[in-house]
Amino acid sequence: MNAGTAAAGAKPTTPRVEKPEAGPLREVWLRFLERPSAVVGLAFVVALVAIAALADVIAPYDPFATDWGAVRSPPSLEHPFGTDEVGRDLLARIIHGARASLAAGLTSVALAVVLGLPLGLLAGYAGGIVDGAIMRLTDALLAIPFLILAIALAAFLGPSLTNAMVAIGLSATSIFVRLSRAQVLAIKAEEFIEAARAVGNPPWRIALRHILPNIVPAILVQATLTIAAAIIAEASLSFLGLGQQPPAPSWGSMLNVAKNFLDQAPWMAIWPGVSIFVAVLSFNLLGDGLRDALDPRQRR
Amino acid sequence: MGVPLLDIRDLTVAFASDGGTVHAVNGISYALSEGETLGIVGESGSGKSVHVLAMLGLIPMPPGRIERGEVLFQGRDLLTLDDRALRRVRGGEIGFVFQDPMSSLNPAMTVAAQIVEPLRIHLGLDGAAARRRALELLDLVRIPDAARRLDQYPHEFSGGQRQRVMIAIAIACKPKLLIADEATTALDVTIQAEIIGLVRELKREIGMAIVWITHDLGVVAGIADTVQVMYAGRILERGPVDDLFADPRSAYTLGLLRSLPDLAGGTKGRRLQPIEGAPPDMRDPPVGDPFAPRNRYATERCFREAPPLAQAPGAAPGHLVAAWYDLRGLLARERAAP
Repeated sequence: MNAGTAAAGAKPTTPRVEKPEAGPLREVWLRFLERPSAVVGLAFVVALVAIAALADVIAPYDPFATDWGAVRSPPSLEHPFGTDEVGRDLLARIIHGARASLAAGLTSVALAVVLGLPLGLLAGYAGGIVDGAIMRLTDALLAIPFLILAIALAAFLGPSLTNAMVAIGLSATSIFVRLSRAQVLAIKAEEFIEAARAVGNPPWRIALRHILPNIVPAILVQATLTIAAAIIAEASLSFLGLGQQPPAPSWGSMLNVAKNFLDQAPWMAIWPGVSIFVAVLSFNLLGDGLRDALDPRQRR
Repeated sequence: MGVPLLDIRDLTVAFASDGGTVHAVNGISYALSEGETLGIVGESGSGKSVHVLAMLGLIPMPPGRIERGEVLFQGRDLLTLDDRALRRVRGGEIGFVFQDPMSSLNPAMTVAAQIVEPLRIHLGLDGAAARRRALELLDLVRIPDAARRLDQYPHEFSGGQRQRVMIAIAIACKPKLLIADEATTALDVTIQAEIIGLVRELKREIGMAIVWITHDLGVVAGIADTVQVMYAGRILERGPVDDLFADPRSAYTLGLLRSLPDLAGGTKGRRLQPIEGAPPDMRDPPVGDPFAPRNRYATERCFREAPPLAQAPGAAPGHLVAAWYDLRGLLARERAAP
């Protein structure tokens, strides 16, 4: 567009600067960074994941080691978070408990997405009887409160952390069926889907290559927010004895024991309570931040 | 002339709706030769877009339904093809450009990925070969710095450039026929002119036939060999572009021409004349000439009986009109006795 155009006849030299262009992901990231609460949420989530992953290394004590000489001792230099009713170090148990919470949150939501997304895609894209059948089933599941359903399923499957994850995942599936179906219906009406058909794309390619990538942002946001709900659900199930089984540490079961010692050893309840609160808040902040950053209304 | 490239016979399309059946296209027939550019003009609801979408299987069925007719493309009836066979025609032998370039590209795919699609589907091209061809196509539609722009996303392109990309996709497999549905309507006038110029050049290079659907007579004048005026799902007039503009035989065509500012400025001071009234409700189309209720030249017969599309007396060969009245005679009389 400059002097090069004037030099007619000369071999056109295209500047081949193969620098990665500002893709849509980069823009989303920049918008995400503009939101302090989102960045805080992300930082806490990353910290949480790091703590859970490195639990064996960073925990100051063995979370199972009892110390009958230091039963229910208050926070001190030796035991920064105090100890529980059999003298186990609370900091170590909180750190190891993060594993149960995160594993439950991530696994159950992964299960819910893996089951819900294809069903929603199918319902939205195929329509007709398939849609009707899937959606009636989903409506029936949605009619039962999330936690009640999870408790019922966990009780049915038997108490263990794995079963609690399955129960939470199944309970959350209908959320993703419904969301992905609604997203598919919205995207299906877009002109570029008609254009994709006019190019000769077969239906499966339109569903997977043209519709799916466009519904991923909404699913991602919902998944992040559902992880927060799943962490609470896991804590609740463990509190009720349907999740992580003692003596393995879990924030929910720690709260259950702590409720018996609220006046003598309040720290036993405070730390797991604060941990659940922080974990849930971080995922919610992250989810909200992602939603704002991915909001298509802010695209040019 | 031989066998026409596209031969539509008595195509009739209807949609089921809450208020009854909408008769969108009512038995239209026309043919298109190889390399011909046909401009189809009409207002919203005239069936101009619906009939091409229907023949390519791009209308939702139901509620849409093709009630009658044949669409012979290179001798094959598209309406009898199954989904698979029709997909091979779409984007391969027939390219399609949509109205709104801002929404007809997938925002989540790079431009390269979208140009490669028809190449992969119809020509089996993949990888580096497909990419090379995509680059050629972007060059062909005159997008500067094409090599760099291949990996960009649609939002990084302007409206005119996106329409160029759409055209690149449509012509990727060197189609025999390019259908452009209001392809320049959403663009600025200057960009419109550029796109039309580009399509004319591409037509010379590729030698495809074009069906250019628009509501803008000015655009048609710039691109078409033949013009076809549609109203209420029927063809009211059809003819060589110069003859039809100079000697319109349908009152509707005349109305369209008179509602336009004069391109040459030859009739300065002339008031633009809008067409009075509104198009008919297509759930209950009129029995006679659909334009009769808005036509001050309408005769009693126009309300009773639909006129056939036939050679207009005294006009250039191939200039057809569906009218019971003789517009040329009526206009001559008006001029003689003011």
